[in-house]
Amino acid sequence: MDILYLLIPLSLVLAVLIGAAFAWSVRNGQFDDLEGPAHRILADDDNVP
Amino acid sequence: MSASLAMPAAAAAPAVAATFNYKVVRQFTVMTIVWGIVGMLVGVIIAAQLLWPDLTYGIPWLSYGRLRPLHTNAVIFAFGGSALFATSYYCVQRTCQVRLFGGPLAGFTFWGWTAVIVLAAITLPLGYTTGKEYAELEWPIDLLIAVVWVSYAIVFFGTIFKRRTPHIYVANWFYGAFILAVALLHIVNSAEVPVSFWPMKSYSAYAGVQDAMVQWWYGHNAVGFFLTAGFLGIMYYFVPKQAGRPIYSYRLSVVHFWALIFTYMWAGPHHLHFTALPDWTQSLGMIFSLILLAPSWGGMINGIMTLSGAWYKLRTDPILKFLIVSLSFYGMSTFEGPMMSIKTVNSLSHYTDWTIGHVHSGALGWVAFISIGSIYYLLPRMFGKREMWSTRLITLHFWIATIGVVLYIASMWIAGVMQGLMWRATNTDGTLTYAFAEGVKATYPYYAIRLTGGTLFFSGMLLMAWNAIRTAAGGQCADPPIPVTATGDATHAA
Repeated sequence: MDILYLLIPLSLVLAVLIGAAFAWSVRNGQFDDLEGPAHRILADDDNVP
Repeated sequence: MSASLAMPAAAAAPAVAATFNYKVVRQFTVMTIVWGIVGMLVGVIIAAQLLWPDLTYGIPWLSYGRLRPLHTNAVIFAFGGSALFATSYYCVQRTCQVRLFGGPLAGFTFWGWTAVIVLAAITLPLGYTTGKEYAELEWPIDLLIAVVWVSYAIVFFGTIFKRRTPHIYVANWFYGAFILAVALLHIVNSAEVPVSFWPMKSYSAYAGVQDAMVQWWYGHNAVGFFLTAGFLGIMYYFVPKQAGRPIYSYRLSVVHFWALIFTYMWAGPHHLHFTALPDWTQSLGMIFSLILLAPSWGGMINGIMTLSGAWYKLRTDPILKFLIVSLSFYGMSTFEGPMMSIKTVNSLSHYTDWTIGHVHSGALGWVAFISIGSIYYLLPRMFGKREMWSTRLITLHFWIATIGVVLYIASMWIAGVMQGLMWRATNTDGTLTYAFAEGVKATYPYYAIRLTGGTLFFSGMLLMAWNAIRTAAGGQCADPPIPVTATGDATHAA
């Protein structure tokens, strides 16, 4: 099963990258407000006048 | 204060070009319907071939073995892919409040993707195939897919980078994960050695069980990221927009995203139970598949509960019916999937039509329903109309499609369990009770019911096309201006 030497490290690298993306989003303040964003997409009026 | 003072200056500068790119969204929206009809028609033909094996007798291009990959490629990548392009381009522009990044690159993704689909529709019936399920296209087309997909990533992430809102809406995270994961999966699984350009021929870089493992690592993650994460992006934008209510729990949607992408990558081995794959790898695939039930159901509940306190909207709004019923099918198939990945269950279900029923519960019930719902949302907006030409026709489409799916999956469940039981039945002396052909004969009536279900679902798409043509007639195809006020900048500065 030589292929696992590719696939398992690949998964671990991905997990690290996903972890980094998560860390960035926390530090960037993406999760500071977990109510407003849900309402904000509704404030964007995309109806045809 | 400073934000309001800065506003007129900021508005004056980009006044000329400050419009959304609706053209590419419109192109993909229309092609979603076209490819849906084509892909489902091919599905109806191959379902009829199983009932009448001599239906296209003597014509190799129309043989089951060549049309079946055309059906799967057309519905997944042409119909589903176009729906994902259309909705992701719409969602990312509206939530980031900027025009798509990359200028003509967005248009290139449309023509490039369309070229891939046309090439698939020519080469698959001619018999050119790598033989890898859902990755049948030969190497020159694989290269074109890679170029188009990288362009898609540049357009999408470029738009995220230049966003005017500080927050990245959760749907964009799902779309982003889908784009990156599909790029990785395609490149690893399609690693192949070209032998000749015409006739197109290549050999996979992997062999034997290694190839099988890579193939299903790709195959199941294609289900996970193409057919799930991408369409969850649709769910998190279009369900709240159509319902006119915020998502039930934004907090849960964030948990849903991170839980799903951290745990998805290793479900693939459940496609290889009881094969040459090492036993522990099979068990690992099974465990990860079972874990996936949790984030999947969290997302399903989050979507459906968005209507909490406003269920009455379902009575009058057929678009919402499509979107919400798609979530109940998502819940059903993400319960069924982990269950079928358990080895003891899989020993009954594997290689039977139960798998086909499961796939279509997800593909028709979840993927097609949520795509159809979001396309009905987009169509009038793309042609400068307030709403679809006929709401009654959407309601009719909904019921025809629902009855079609139920007939399809119920017949395949019964057929699959029956086949599994017949194949494993043994006499007291250890010989098989049934010959294989007896199982085929017993399945015959269920193939007829499945064809009926598929035909109903296909006819629904024709109603949709008619409704779309009437909606588009006399419509205005303009790029609307980006609203100056509705950005998150002011709140962020405060």
